[in-house]
Amino acid sequence: MAAGSDSAATARDRVRGIVRDDDGPSVALVLLAGAVAAAVLTPLLWLLLRASTIEPSEALSLLTSPTATEVLANSLGLVALVTAASVALGVPLAVLTVQTDLPFRRFWTVVVALPLVVPSYIGAFAYVSAFGPNGALADLLAPLGIPVPTVYGLGGTALVLTLFVYPYVFLTTRASLLSFDESQLEAARTLNHGYRSAFRRVILPQIAPGVTAGALLVALYTLSDFGTPAIMRFDVFTRVIYVELNSFGIGRANATLFSLELLAVTAVILALESRVGGDGGSGYGAPASANAVVPLGRYRWVAAALPALVATFTLALPVGVLAMWLVRSGPGYAGGGLAFQPEFAFNSVYVAALAALATVLFALPVAYYAGRSNGWLARATERATYLGYAMPGVVLGLALVFFGIHYAPAVYQTLPLLVFAYVVRFLPQAVGSTRSSVLGVDPELIGAARVLGAPPRRAFRRVTLPLIAPGLLAGAALVFLTTMKELDTTLILHPTGFTTLVTYIWRVQEAGYYGRAALPALVLVLVSGLSMIPLLRQQGDDA
Amino acid sequence: MHNDVRIDDPTAEHFEAAPATGTNADAGDPVLELDGVGKRYGPETAVSELDLTVRDGELLTLLGPSGCGKTTTLRMIAGLEDPSEGTVTVADETVAGDGAIVPPEERDVGMVFQEFALFPHLTVAENVAFGLDDPDSEAAGERVAELLDLVGLGEYGDRTPGDLSGGQRQRVALARSLAPEPDVLLLDEPFSNLDVRLRVAMREEVRRILDEAGVTAVSVTHDQEEALSISDRVAVMHDGHVEQVGSPAEVFEHPESRFVASFLGQASFLPAAVGEASVETIIGSYDRDLLEGITEEYTGADVDVLVRPDDLRATPANESEADGHVVRRQYTGPSFVYHVELADGTVVRCLHNHAEDFDVGEPVGVTLVADHTLAWYPAER
Repeated sequence: MAAGSDSAATARDRVRGIVRDDDGPSVALVLLAGAVAAAVLTPLLWLLLRASTIEPSEALSLLTSPTATEVLANSLGLVALVTAASVALGVPLAVLTVQTDLPFRRFWTVVVALPLVVPSYIGAFAYVSAFGPNGALADLLAPLGIPVPTVYGLGGTALVLTLFVYPYVFLTTRASLLSFDESQLEAARTLNHGYRSAFRRVILPQIAPGVTAGALLVALYTLSDFGTPAIMRFDVFTRVIYVELNSFGIGRANATLFSLELLAVTAVILALESRVGGDGGSGYGAPASANAVVPLGRYRWVAAALPALVATFTLALPVGVLAMWLVRSGPGYAGGGLAFQPEFAFNSVYVAALAALATVLFALPVAYYAGRSNGWLARATERATYLGYAMPGVVLGLALVFFGIHYAPAVYQTLPLLVFAYVVRFLPQAVGSTRSSVLGVDPELIGAARVLGAPPRRAFRRVTLPLIAPGLLAGAALVFLTTMKELDTTLILHPTGFTTLVTYIWRVQEAGYYGRAALPALVLVLVSGLSMIPLLRQQGDDA
Repeated sequence: MHNDVRIDDPTAEHFEAAPATGTNADAGDPVLELDGVGKRYGPETAVSELDLTVRDGELLTLLGPSGCGKTTTLRMIAGLEDPSEGTVTVADETVAGDGAIVPPEERDVGMVFQEFALFPHLTVAENVAFGLDDPDSEAAGERVAELLDLVGLGEYGDRTPGDLSGGQRQRVALARSLAPEPDVLLLDEPFSNLDVRLRVAMREEVRRILDEAGVTAVSVTHDQEEALSISDRVAVMHDGHVEQVGSPAEVFEHPESRFVASFLGQASFLPAAVGEASVETIIGSYDRDLLEGITEEYTGADVDVLVRPDDLRATPANESEADGHVVRRQYTGPSFVYHVELADGTVVRCLHNHAEDFDVGEPVGVTLVADHTLAWYPAER
């Protein structure tokens, strides 16, 4: 990327350069991409090194203790419940908005996808502050002597998570339905099958891979989510790891073992996903059509009640509760020396900008290598950067705490380590968007620049870089916005005294000062909404 | 669009088809009737005032340019669209109109879709069995085997649609739609997805299968060669209504409207004046009986006579006796078509074999050589 050094490149050098380009990317690029991959893999290494210091017998007794068994059962139970409920909610909504003449289809399509913009911990916070022991409902009912049922535990956690992650199933199912060739449904009907029978025998088998893909995303999210079960006080891996991490001594060993167990469960789910991935029996080239083919008749308006109900619980209720706290913030809810300062917002923006810049710089060599080469090494390098997706934030935080304490006390609890954590976590987003823009650059263009006398570096700077700039920018924007709302790693790794919107929300909600958290929470919902724009744009619309 | 039509085929084939039509078209009872059928999408009228009767065992083709309403008509017969007005009757049962709307799954109507719409997750045999009442029964198995034999795919039951070629997929689609023994089989542009070479072969093959199955069928196409070669009757559609229904020979030789005339074959219109006993044209005077069904009241009128390339010949001539000049030579493989601009600016086409050879710009005489009466239309001038 530096200025082209060999301005006096001879014709022979140029020719050799072109030939080398045909053989594959330059050695420097491969080394750079390899270094990035190695760097983002290191957290796994720290974790394993820490684990190796635990006595095997001690580890065994810990992992088979009743507590450990309960945590595993809780985690698996939560995953199963949230996944099943998300399918039950997401699939009917997708069918309604794609295949029927539901009134205001496009409106409902956007509305039922929107809960994805509410970070689930903010959703949990809103629900607890509304229905929890000191919440709005309890306030309302207390004078009447009516106790509120508890929102804590498995039920509440599963409900809140489902409400904010079911859109994964909705979106993947919707994509499958949109690519479904509707003339098959018509064919089934001319072959004497009504809609129900045709749905079961023709549509369902063909959208099953899409539904499964969404369900696996939900399962992975549920498994790795820390904020929701923590706020809803349900002991799953992430919550227990966080608690143990903050208790010194034996706690750290427990956290390590739980982390490894959590990673193992994640790996099982990922393995399932890769097995499902290739199973798409997606037609043989017949173009899809997105016509509404199922008239709902007199149930048209009744059917609209389902998306309306979902929107009430996922959007209107949380936003309404937050807005209410904003208005109501009396002394009882807003006291306690935790006053909000604009500096917190500035800190959030500052650290997110640093993370965006660093992530794009890390992503560029990997994405360029992966976009220009089909070799196994390129694929492996790209895959390595996806660790951030697979590794729950709590586990990543734990690994970097070990690294800081044992190997680099100088960076422990400093911004560079926090930014590095963000890079590991969000590198896949930047690599993804950059790689697809690299693929969009016709290699012939670089050939043309070379033949016109530009040495490789100048060709990259003057042709490739301007063409992939939009992809880089989109990646940076996405990383910026997701960093703003990242909870787990921020909470564990932020420097002492460095308060961001997220850490502030966490502190005041733990202390029960709900009114204080309303404004920053609404800001984060907005920020999170912005981060959905590129995602929704990729989805395209169904016109 | 006339220029891309191969002029030798329709003429050759409509004569072959002609004898068959008389026997088939009038024989059977009506199986499908459309009465005053119309379809509007908001302010747009796709089909209007459409009457059509299809008789037992015949193959009727709806022929027309894209956007003429032919596919909409087919989908209304299938029940995939509801007509805005009129009635559709299948085998004496009113399936649309008069307040009745019978859903597609309850009409005994089969359909072969343009893209075939085979179920990719099912095998060939499972696809064919899909419309049968009890697909797992022994009887269903026999029916599937019988149909796969009929379409020549006896060994392909275990394949999936993805493994098949285009022609094989069409055979499976046919077998699948025939399996429940529909009263009427609908074919929506059935050959448009096949490459040109396969298209001609499959046309003959489909006609054979339909004949062996003895099914009544309605097909839709914009390809006149296809319509003329396989149909018992052709209904030419234009702007949402039927312009003419008749045997392929009738509609080709005696088009009742200018639209039908110009849509079929390479039509030119030769201006003429009708006299007491003769008809005067710029290329000469001919017996007035040459005009099909001319009546007394047209004596003295100006008309346009439909002439196709095989009706005309160019002859060598010098500048003074020439009728016009060659403006284009169109090589079609087996023959040449010369485009000749006449003195009054009319351009006509003349069909020639390779023996005669004219250059562009050469003066030529033009002679009418038709051995049949010619269609004509009141002049538009």
